Amino acid sequence: MMYRSLFPRDILAELDRLQREMQQGFHLSPSIRGIARGGFPAMNVGGTTQSVDIYAFAPGIDPATLDVQIEKGVLTVAGERKLDEAGEEATLHIDERFAGRFRRVVTLPDDIDPNAVGASYRNGVLRISIARKLSAQPRRITIE
Amino acid sequence: MSNYSPVKKEAAAEERALLPPVDVIEDSSGITLYADLAGVPKEKLHLQVEADTLTIEGEIDLEVPADMQVSHAEVGLPRYRRVFTLSKELDPSRVGAELKDGVLRLSIPKAEHAQPRKIEVKVL
Repeated sequence: MMYRSLFPRDILAELDRLQREMQQGFHLSPSIRGIARGGFPAMNVGGTTQSVDIYAFAPGIDPATLDVQIEKGVLTVAGERKLDEAGEEATLHIDERFAGRFRRVVTLPDDIDPNAVGASYRNGVLRISIARKLSAQPRRITIE
Repeated sequence: MSNYSPVKKEAAAEERALLPPVDVIEDSSGITLYADLAGVPKEKLHLQVEADTLTIEGEIDLEVPADMQVSHAEVGLPRYRRVFTLSKELDPSRVGAELKDGVLRLSIPKAEHAQPRKIEVKVL
């Protein structure tokens, strides 16, 4: 499968991103799947003590056609992006936006509760919020 | 003396931004530009035409929990920016813009005088 760069010609930003990532290291997705870059949609993953939040930057998609699944600790986001076709007499000068079918897979941490998932689509960003298991959430222990 | 023009100073102080992917389509009536600006609400989109320069700028606004720690970021900057130079036959005063689900659609019509005309050939 061929991926095209999401933000083309922005070398400086790419280098900067690389550097930042190296400093940061991977906590949530150190697997072979989790670091497929430059795919569509672009994804940001973050977490709190209560939840794991995945943001998929998928503009211009009917959310009803999105297929979001969690199976065995792996989150899959799949769908198809159809773009308005240029008319026959039109000329396409720049063609950078992604079109076609896509599928992205993210490995989730072990302590999530696959039954407590919320998904919303706003301004072209799909946000999937998965709660962590209660037993995994930090608790203050009272000393008697 | 040649007419030497000093190199335009780049606005280096400007904040860094992502370069959004675009499609540009031209037909006889004008140019249509699509830009992927995922995460940008209408209020945070800024379009500007100055002389022959079109600037598209948008800020990403996500609902992020206050104590969230980012572990993997492919979208690493909070804004998009892209600048285009318009050509003379376009009419910047009649630019139409729509933003839906993070996709901006700009239509820039051609000026009246630049609309295609069929030239009749007279038979003498």
